[in-house]
Amino acid sequence: MSTKNKIEKTKKSDISVSALEIKEENDYTTLNLGPTHPATHGIFQNVLKMDGEIIVEAVSTVGYIHRAFEKIAEHRNYYQITTLTDRLNYCSSPINNIGWHMAVEKLFNIEVPKRAQYLRVIVMELSRIADHLICNSVIGVDTGALTVYFYIFSLRERIYEIFEEICGARLTTNIGRIGGMERDFTPKAWATLDVFMKELPAALKEFENLLVRNRIFMDRCIGCGPISAKMALQYSFTGPNLRAAGVDYDVRAMNPYSSYEEFDFTIPVGTNGDTYDRFMVREEEMWQSLSIIQQAIIKLKKEPAGIFHADVPDFFLPPKEAVYNNMEALINHFKIVMGETNIPKGEIYHAVEGGNGELGFYIISDGGRSPYRLHIRRPCFIYYQAYTEMIKGKFLSDAILTMSSMNVIAGELDA
Amino acid sequence: MDKEALLKTVQEKLKAQFGEGLISSEMISDYPVFTLKRDIICDAVKFLYDDGDLSFQFLTSLAGLHYPDNNGHELGVMYNLHSLTKNFRIRLKVFFSISDPNVPSITPVFKGANWMERQEFDFFGIIFKGHPNLKRILNLDDMPYHPMRKEYPLEDTTREDKDDKMFGR
Repeated sequence: MSTKNKIEKTKKSDISVSALEIKEENDYTTLNLGPTHPATHGIFQNVLKMDGEIIVEAVSTVGYIHRAFEKIAEHRNYYQITTLTDRLNYCSSPINNIGWHMAVEKLFNIEVPKRAQYLRVIVMELSRIADHLICNSVIGVDTGALTVYFYIFSLRERIYEIFEEICGARLTTNIGRIGGMERDFTPKAWATLDVFMKELPAALKEFENLLVRNRIFMDRCIGCGPISAKMALQYSFTGPNLRAAGVDYDVRAMNPYSSYEEFDFTIPVGTNGDTYDRFMVREEEMWQSLSIIQQAIIKLKKEPAGIFHADVPDFFLPPKEAVYNNMEALINHFKIVMGETNIPKGEIYHAVEGGNGELGFYIISDGGRSPYRLHIRRPCFIYYQAYTEMIKGKFLSDAILTMSSMNVIAGELDA
Repeated sequence: MDKEALLKTVQEKLKAQFGEGLISSEMISDYPVFTLKRDIICDAVKFLYDDGDLSFQFLTSLAGLHYPDNNGHELGVMYNLHSLTKNFRIRLKVFFSISDPNVPSITPVFKGANWMERQEFDFFGIIFKGHPNLKRILNLDDMPYHPMRKEYPLEDTTREDKDDKMFGR
């Protein structure tokens, strides 16, 4: 049977992989998908054993941008590790930064004031929207719809303008500090946020109009790269990928942090765990994030203005003017920068709902200036191992789509 | 069930099932932590997975540990389990000697443990017995050491192309 016939037959009856394996070994083609392939959105290598256009077997190689964060962290002060977390999932750095701050605050026993918590919620939800926007528009690109990608990027730009206004950086933000935020939102940041909140619903609606009920998009995505709820749990999936499979696990609801228990939001779940469900779950999460931001803005107005960090001079850097004019501030500044503060001993685990799922920090402190051991639970690394199983017996083009809909980010994968 | 009650329940169940296998149980900050004998770790994880009242059916993370000063128990593995239906979280720990760094793999219970265990093998040289494909994952295959062990410095000492004579640290 020629390859062409086989593809047609596969389309009709979905013949199983075992039936294909009767072929001789040299009838298969070995194909290197990656490491630097434009369709893989990062440095991933998959060695595929192909039968025509069908993937018979796949072997993933990861680690191309491994930077040994866990080892580096053992040699750095706590506040210096924030910059490492930027480079995990770089599509939503603020969530990683603030997740890290909260883990350290848990270790140091710091209570962050409500207003700072709400500010953090705004920043985290903005970055969740940015993260999902990229992922969903890239699903569009991989199905051949390049327009949506360019449309939606002006919106993402708006979010980055807000980040720039808050912390000075756009992509690797290093936003917030241990104990709160580094500074209050500026009037310009509020104004940009205002513009963004007005623009988002219309733009998102337009985005959805272009894709959600688009016949070509639906035919392409429905049933592509599915995973069952049971399998997803076996592989420790978290985040939108797990919810698309039908499990309503969200860290924000299950183990609330940063006052998420006060917010009213729903957790969207899918049924099939395929590309379309993953797309729809992310889409709905953006609407939920929008509503959370609106709620946070209302809550903020009831809090006393101007408070953006906890009163912890041992851990939170004093303002620069105070350092030059005030002895205590100078001492605190020196102690923080040189890592001379008293660090409590302890062992904690703190998780936040990152763009891709449960991002956890497991810190063991022996009282030294840097963690004795830091283990980062990177959701990408954990769920990417199911990828080879999800694409087995599928078409090559479906494999590309599956990868982009899983939102595998190389930085988080390889840490 | 609050955390203290959870600690007690799991402790009693493990004690009844494994007896001497449970070495200690304690509360570390807000987490119940159980130290077990390494040979029973896979059985214990399976037991907690199957238990109807607890159903720890989600493996959150798995991390290698290295305490060079603990003679005879230098290396360890921490398992972070989560019961999604009840929202319980616990940690299991096993410790063993660095000269015999073998521990049963929990891949028969959790498929997701595959890469997590490969990573800890890569970092610490912990050999997970029964793992289907135990080889390095993030570092080079022919790397001659396990970099997360405490005795290895941060900088690669085998490199000769870096001259720190003028700007040494």
